[in-house]
Amino acid sequence: MAEERRQKLCSVILPTESMKAIAESVGVGSLQEESCLALSEEVSYRIKEIAQDALKFMHHGKRRKLTTGDIDHALKLKNVEPLYGFQSQEFIPFRFASGGGRELHFYEEKEVDLSDIINTPLPRVPLDVSLKAHWLSIDGVQPAIPENPPPVPKEQQKTDSTEPLKAVKPGQEEEGSIQTKGQGASSAEVKGKEKMRMKPRSTHELSVEQQLYYKEITEACVGSCEAKRAEALQSIATDPGLYQMLPRFSTFISEGVRVNVVQNNLALLIYLMRMVKALMDNPTLYLEKYLHELIPAVVTCIVSKQLCLRPDVDNHWALRDFAARLMAQSCKTFSTTTNNIQSRITKTFTKALLDDKTQWTTRYGCIAGLAELGHDVIKTLIIPRLSVEGARIKAVMDGPVVSNIDKIGADHVQSLLLKHCACVVAKTRPLPDMVDQYKADYGYLGTMLCSHVVKARAQAAFQAQTVNRTTLTITQPRPTLSMSQSGLSASSGSRTPNIIKVPSSLTLMSTRPGTPTQPSPPATKYIVMATSAGAASTQQVRVLNEFVSLYLSRLPRHLYHFRACLTSDRR
Amino acid sequence: MTPLLSAPGEKMAAVQDAPMELDSEKETKPEILSDGTSNLSGNTASGTLSSPPLTAGGAPKQEDQQTLIAVLQFLRRNKLTESVDILRREACLEDQEDSQTLDGSGGGKGDGDGGDANSLLSRVSIASAAAPQSTLTPIPVKNDQPDVSVVLSAYSQQGDPSLYQVYYTGLKNFIESVLDCHRAELSQLFYPLFVHMYLELVYNNHETKAKAFFEKFSGDQECYYQDDLQILCGLTKKEHLKGNEALLDFRTSRFVLRISRDSYQLLKRHLQERHNNQIWNIIQEHLYIDIFDGMPRSKSQIDSMSGSFAGETRREVNKAKVFYGLLKEPEIEVPLDDEDDEAENEEGKPKKKKTKKDSMGSKSKKQDPNAPQQNRIPLPELKDSDKLDKIMYMKESTKRIRLGPENLPSICFYSFLNAYQGLTAVDFTDDSSLLAGGFADSTVRVWSATPKKLRKVKSAAELNLIDKESDDVLERIMDEKTASESKNLYGHSGPVYGVSFSPDRNYLLSSSEDGTVRLWSLQTFTCLVGYKGHNYPVWDTHFSPFGYYFVSGGHDRVARLWATDHYQPLRIFAGHLADVTCTRFHPNSNYVVTGSTDRTIRLWDVLNGNCVRFFTGHKGPIHSLAFSPNGKFLASGSTDGRVLLWDIGHGLMIGELKGHTDTIYALKFSRDGEILASGSMDNTVRLWDSMKAFDDMETDDFTAATGHIPLPDNSQELLLGMYHSKSTPVTHLHFTRRNLLLAAGAYNSQ
Repeated sequence: MAEERRQKLCSVILPTESMKAIAESVGVGSLQEESCLALSEEVSYRIKEIAQDALKFMHHGKRRKLTTGDIDHALKLKNVEPLYGFQSQEFIPFRFASGGGRELHFYEEKEVDLSDIINTPLPRVPLDVSLKAHWLSIDGVQPAIPENPPPVPKEQQKTDSTEPLKAVKPGQEEEGSIQTKGQGASSAEVKGKEKMRMKPRSTHELSVEQQLYYKEITEACVGSCEAKRAEALQSIATDPGLYQMLPRFSTFISEGVRVNVVQNNLALLIYLMRMVKALMDNPTLYLEKYLHELIPAVVTCIVSKQLCLRPDVDNHWALRDFAARLMAQSCKTFSTTTNNIQSRITKTFTKALLDDKTQWTTRYGCIAGLAELGHDVIKTLIIPRLSVEGARIKAVMDGPVVSNIDKIGADHVQSLLLKHCACVVAKTRPLPDMVDQYKADYGYLGTMLCSHVVKARAQAAFQAQTVNRTTLTITQPRPTLSMSQSGLSASSGSRTPNIIKVPSSLTLMSTRPGTPTQPSPPATKYIVMATSAGAASTQQVRVLNEFVSLYLSRLPRHLYHFRACLTSDRR
Repeated sequence: MTPLLSAPGEKMAAVQDAPMELDSEKETKPEILSDGTSNLSGNTASGTLSSPPLTAGGAPKQEDQQTLIAVLQFLRRNKLTESVDILRREACLEDQEDSQTLDGSGGGKGDGDGGDANSLLSRVSIASAAAPQSTLTPIPVKNDQPDVSVVLSAYSQQGDPSLYQVYYTGLKNFIESVLDCHRAELSQLFYPLFVHMYLELVYNNHETKAKAFFEKFSGDQECYYQDDLQILCGLTKKEHLKGNEALLDFRTSRFVLRISRDSYQLLKRHLQERHNNQIWNIIQEHLYIDIFDGMPRSKSQIDSMSGSFAGETRREVNKAKVFYGLLKEPEIEVPLDDEDDEAENEEGKPKKKKTKKDSMGSKSKKQDPNAPQQNRIPLPELKDSDKLDKIMYMKESTKRIRLGPENLPSICFYSFLNAYQGLTAVDFTDDSSLLAGGFADSTVRVWSATPKKLRKVKSAAELNLIDKESDDVLERIMDEKTASESKNLYGHSGPVYGVSFSPDRNYLLSSSEDGTVRLWSLQTFTCLVGYKGHNYPVWDTHFSPFGYYFVSGGHDRVARLWATDHYQPLRIFAGHLADVTCTRFHPNSNYVVTGSTDRTIRLWDVLNGNCVRFFTGHKGPIHSLAFSPNGKFLASGSTDGRVLLWDIGHGLMIGELKGHTDTIYALKFSRDGEILASGSMDNTVRLWDSMKAFDDMETDDFTAATGHIPLPDNSQELLLGMYHSKSTPVTHLHFTRRNLLLAAGAYNSQ
């Protein structure tokens, strides 16, 4: 035991320079080296003594952190006056200075202006201590409620899904060590335990309560009552016990999107996307395993040719924006060097964008999807395309024969491009902003871009000012997508019941995730870009088909079940 | 109350006065004072002071007399003539003492500079040297500088400093070369020898040699001595030795080693062959080797028992008889109540009679042979309200859930929100109706855990107006306007480290950093008494299960027994070598157990103040203690994250529960003792199968004789459940009368 731990114990002593510096600070000019040495030894010893006593106060205060108060109490024990004025809650920063060949750490005590203190508004009164009771365990079983930690910690979910072999490894080692000990009987028992552990953790059986919960939540999420929906989404976003139900939710969403895109049911698509958002917001869930279902669904909502029955009236653009943001968020969270989500998504969007025959709606989605991925993506992939897109928009706007839908589409693409490009250009392009220059560089959109950039610059300058003055960071809340934006609430309310494809509660009992009960087109895991298989869209379908197969090829090995399922569906 | 409270109390007061006087004189040297106090009583403890040693049964031993003489001298010097007389009379000391003090008093009266104490001391040391197996090294009584130097001067005899490393290496090589079975036992020598040799070097001003010695060999020491080594390494000057209480203790209390006879012979032969006098001297003077006949112990056995500040327990210390049984429950007529009515309605009359008989039968069970006499210590008489409560208790216990490995308790967790890391202590009342929290901001708060709100009694003027004959007078005296969920109690001037409810729910005790224990009334929510005496932070306090008495322990290294109506302690339990961190009453109220920073546990007899059990084995300060409901077993938890189980009757360690990763602050047995719950800083509550742990043990007389039994390593089997809380350290645990487990802790948002 002693050999394992060879931790170096040595008596650390304050440097004699510190003694000199301190002596100088109290007016003793020249201190002899010997007295410095004697002093530093004595001081170091006393400091250690005090630290040891302070530690007692920490233990009895039932804390893990030593506070300045503990030191004060320890000083009091030794009959020394405590150090007043160190009651800071925060870490006390020491500053470093050097000069004249000496290095010094010091604590900067700023002069406090009393009028400042008087004039600043009072801080919020801290909340009073209160007592809250919850069940930590009921008959030996820990209930999955927000007050308790999640049953399977997120870290473990992550390792389970990304490194499935690792979960087993410690057990194998354990087994090995026991065998070396040569205890035959117990090692057999341990082997039994190991087998138990090898079993997948996510069983497909849900308890009756969970089935009820699932039914309630899914019905509320796609039902007509907005208040209920908000509650359900809140539950999805915060409840720590959803790990078991994740496969069902994932299937529910992907199937729901597939069916409702075909039906052009914008409201339902919006609800489903909000569910995705809630799942992503839940800090206890790790969605890696379910991306193969969720990403196609989300991408569909971004780029699909038609998402609603009346493209000229309905605001399907907001859904595309929202889904694009979701996509960007999942890229940020889950993209790794092995799954390459971000680069694959980018490739998909770019391909569609480069195609001349792409519809305006899809074009809009591609640009939105790319733009959300960040400034670098905008700079390298969108800005070079500005002149080409500009020409295309110009053709629609100025062209003689124009359908209303095309015009609206072109208009939206234009404002989207301006919105996203302006701030990037404002950051990258040097002043001054000359309209002619812009026109030369960006073509048809140049003039408008120029004015947008000027505006963006002005706003940035204003924000910088405000930041300096109040040291407040202004965060712009992202608009959340709700029915009011789509302007459909009235009509969708009545339509919903016969359109929702809710996996019925019966299927909950089955071991496979539920599928819609209504007959639906043969399961295709494509991202549906167009509802009618027009000549133009077949190409896109192929593109995305390729994407899915690419994704499939890189799926982790342990997801073979899903692989099999996916491939069979494709056939 | 008479025997305990009046006569000995007077004497206790007298003895108390003395140190207090001294205290005022020498406030700057408090640590020496407390050290003196502990030494003064040593193993025989303060019982010697208050009453003649009852347990010894014969004439006091030679050393005890020496101690008594020292005490007498001290009293005389402080002009406490009355106490001197009483002590002389009680201890039958006249003749010996007269003859011995003739020369001493001459010197003492002359100048009073402590010369007498020194001369006494020299004589005493001669006496103890003559009897090397003496259990107690008498200690200077006068707490003065010369005495400290006398203590330390034991180090003045020195060999060649440069040879220390050679000596130590020689011993190390020898121990490494002996047979395996002896090696583990002899390895115990390393640590005490290392410390004493290092201190000798430091004392004799060989600073560089001492440092070299430390660096070379500190790595060899067992990891559980790390904390002590850290103190040691900071200490490099002779001057440091003087003020360091920890090392004075190390020097004054002999380090106890337990070695089998064979191993001891081996060691002795080796040292004699080599003429290694230096090491032999240290062993003779500073160590106490407890030799036992039997198989040498294995490494794991030794490791499980060692780790305390001053070595292991001597076997004879734990030989005293402990009456661990429970007191007989008083006979209470269970009145016909709703409960029985229900039974009647459901199942008819015959059933009713039967149930009543049963409950009577269980009450009037036979006297436990291990129980103390009913009036061994005077207990308060039961009031009517207590009887009502007992009846409630019995009713509740019939509804109690029988727990077991198949039937785990439900746990209800009380989280303190917005406590800002300030929660320091929690307690529940026995009936789980009230909850008290002590906070670092010196407040105590009481919550009602039931829908019933807390109300104050009306003021005196208003009380006068009440019709005292009315039936609901008890309801009328309460002031409805003051009803609230919680009440704050202000009065302490430092963090509150311990809270404890009285069993009748009328009082609350709190102990604080400000050195006081306060008694609060839960009728008026005001402070009734402030018990002063500790002078230093009081780490814990606990009410007796029968009320009236309470115990407190603090930084001054003593535990004190108090009665609520006395402002001075009735007993002072001295003997721990460091802070008393945790105090608990035995269920029969005849004993008190204390845990300490010196990593030991002591069980004290309330009647005579003797230390009757001394347990070593923890590797860190002890922060929680719990008796099993039948009074036979004790569980203790410490900063090292282990729970140890002890058999009080045999004085043995019988189990070790490993699993927690941080300090265990809460331990509690279920009402029937089948489950032990432990709560820790690592945010978990764990449930252990204590029934299995106790049943598996075979404690026969032989094992009791050797003082150790093989410990099974079955923590994993005994662990029945583990429940994580959400970043909430568990501060307190409590089983309700129906065996629902309540846990409490402060939610930590960071």
